Amino acid sequence: MSTTLQFDQIRLPGECDALRQEVRTFLSEEIAKGTFDPYRPGHGDSHDRDFSKRVGAKGWIGMTWPKKYGGQERSFLERYVVTEEFRVANAPVRSHFVADRQSGPILLKYAPEHIKANILPRICQGELCFVIGMSEPGSGSDLFAAKTKATKVDKGWCINGSKIWTSNANIADYMIALFRTSLLTNANRRHGLTQFLVDMKTRGIKVNPIYQMSGQQDFNEVVFEDAFVPDDHVLGEIDGAWKQATSELAYERSGPERFLETFYLMLELIRATGSEPDTRSAEGLGRLAAQLHTLRRMSVSVAGMLQAGKEPVVEAAIVKDLGTVWEQNLPNRVRELTAFLAPEIANRVTLEEQLAFATTIAPKLTIQGGTTEILRGIIARGLGLR
Amino acid sequence: MPADQPSASPHHGSLQTVAGKRKTPIVTNDSDHIVTASAARIFADLADPQTVNRLNNGSWKGPFWLALADAGLPLAWVPEQLGGAGATLAEGFAVLGVAGRFAVAVPLAETLLAGWLLARAEVAAPNGPMTVAPSRPADRIIFDKDGTLSGSAIGIPFASEARHIAVLAHGDERVVVALVAASDCTIGKGQTLAGDSSNVVCFERVKPLRYARAPLDLDHTALMLMGSVSRSVQTAGALESILSLSVSYANERVAFERPIGKFQAIQHNLARLAGETAAALAVSGSAANTMTQSDSFDEAAFLEGASAKIRCAEAATHGAGIAHQVFGAIGFTKEHILHRFTLRMLAWRDDFGSESYWAAELGRHVGRRGADEFWPMVASR
Repeated sequence: MSTTLQFDQIRLPGECDALRQEVRTFLSEEIAKGTFDPYRPGHGDSHDRDFSKRVGAKGWIGMTWPKKYGGQERSFLERYVVTEEFRVANAPVRSHFVADRQSGPILLKYAPEHIKANILPRICQGELCFVIGMSEPGSGSDLFAAKTKATKVDKGWCINGSKIWTSNANIADYMIALFRTSLLTNANRRHGLTQFLVDMKTRGIKVNPIYQMSGQQDFNEVVFEDAFVPDDHVLGEIDGAWKQATSELAYERSGPERFLETFYLMLELIRATGSEPDTRSAEGLGRLAAQLHTLRRMSVSVAGMLQAGKEPVVEAAIVKDLGTVWEQNLPNRVRELTAFLAPEIANRVTLEEQLAFATTIAPKLTIQGGTTEILRGIIARGLGLR
Repeated sequence: MPADQPSASPHHGSLQTVAGKRKTPIVTNDSDHIVTASAARIFADLADPQTVNRLNNGSWKGPFWLALADAGLPLAWVPEQLGGAGATLAEGFAVLGVAGRFAVAVPLAETLLAGWLLARAEVAAPNGPMTVAPSRPADRIIFDKDGTLSGSAIGIPFASEARHIAVLAHGDERVVVALVAASDCTIGKGQTLAGDSSNVVCFERVKPLRYARAPLDLDHTALMLMGSVSRSVQTAGALESILSLSVSYANERVAFERPIGKFQAIQHNLARLAGETAAALAVSGSAANTMTQSDSFDEAAFLEGASAKIRCAEAATHGAGIAHQVFGAIGFTKEHILHRFTLRMLAWRDDFGSESYWAAELGRHVGRRGADEFWPMVASR
């Protein structure tokens, strides 16, 4: 076995306690003034620019980035606290979360200085929404089958093709996209893709909505017809984007958002089974609590190892595999555990609404951001099986 | 079986030396590493699973125990002034992790726990193998007014091989920790799934060799939690070995003209096994770390200890199933060592409270605290 699994015992440092209190106070004030309803996930609009600006004003977007780009130079563990508290409260983070988690860090690493100076501070202020342009109609998990083409022209690149399943493209300001700049080679089928920063207002870009089975609409098809992207919007090495992708994925895969997506059901389950749950309810609740605690300890550990400069790639893939399967199964576990409760329980309506919503979004949880099958392939490679 | 007196020969890396330099329980990876390396060397030399499995008798146990005692491992959790090696809790848990990796079939964990229990009440520990009673949540031993112990406890691991038993007993107004000679008790027959002895122990007005009042926070639940965390750490170790054995086998075993590890179905099963192993490592490590950081059995210890036992037992169930499926028929033979790990960790599920027991306890606690307190409790760890 080439990999030894390692989970350092990381506890959130003391300075996180005050930050957590500050975040909770902020969120309860936002709830009090009606910005969002924590009991109704998925209702209304989960993106709220004004809310994102207030979050930015608190310094909680891009908080690990250098101060000269608007960041706070705080630790990944502090960011972890903010992320988990927002997620648990069902706060509307949609318009800033992708930029905070992955687009900003990519720009920090690969964008030219004048672009960093222009864009990163605006992300930190909650003004910009980013999308990820990876999947295409013929290329989902098989990223390297991407065909959307960037052709070299004077002072830039001309883009033709389409991206699909791009969440938030209808509201986004920028996309970080993978385009084909060369054909793949026999020696390396990962060769030939380049990462670009794309202004969504560029002429030749059209966004078509795709409605989801849950009744939400954040999926889109994005069509590029001779869309021009200037040279200084190339991110990193031409034809070498695959080398850039892998290290960042550990951040994307191991965060608290990978097991807290249906967390609200835990709280409604506790309310439904009451202060003296019967043995069946208590056992079910206890197992779920133990599993959740385990996932969180794993996730915090990966965050701490990343902060310490380690590369826990396999551990991060495991967190996402276990976490998304857990949050996906949670609706049915809650349904089973509440099956015999009296019909007059006080939170019946909320519970049923949440169950209906969580059940309809559950299928996507093990697909988005790397399917279960892709993750298990990565884990198998780490074990020395590939 | 094992010898009573540790020999004086100093040839194994001595835990006493390592631990004796440190008076405060500060965890450093370096000291853990020295202790575990020394333990691993003894296990590999004298209790190699392949050799032990082939011998099919207990002849290896005597020399093995002697070496463990030489290195101060069985009484690692007993301070020097009470007759032990005075190692930290962290060092002891690290040894148990390695013991799990070797599926060690002598009462090392039990003697560690017994020593810990005695030490908490400042009762001096004897040499030789020990075990603890009770080891199931429903059992209670009574400490009578005349200073004797009564009652019975089931599933006491290695009771028939232990020289002494450390007992947590309940009197009218106090909880005591007592040391009794195993020969003063009635010990029934019985064994675990893995063939290790596991016995009903009856105390019929047994007079302890010595006893003392337990500290206030050391109650029945505390003993069950400490035992549970120990079993969880052992389980995670066993899973590490099972994963390693399974991956090696999948890379070697050829079927349909290629190593079975090249088939995606096998790869995904092994990835799931890695997931269960990872979960067990993380949660047992977290619980052991919690016990190490805090002297009191508070809500944190309960949440961590119960969660570790629940999740590690689940991992044992799922992990054993996946590993046996990968190995096929050969892994089902007595000759193969896989069962040494799988059956042992499946048996450990039932010691010091099963996953169902702890889940119901944890669920009731969560219910009592209410929905609004649930997230703060999880986030506090």
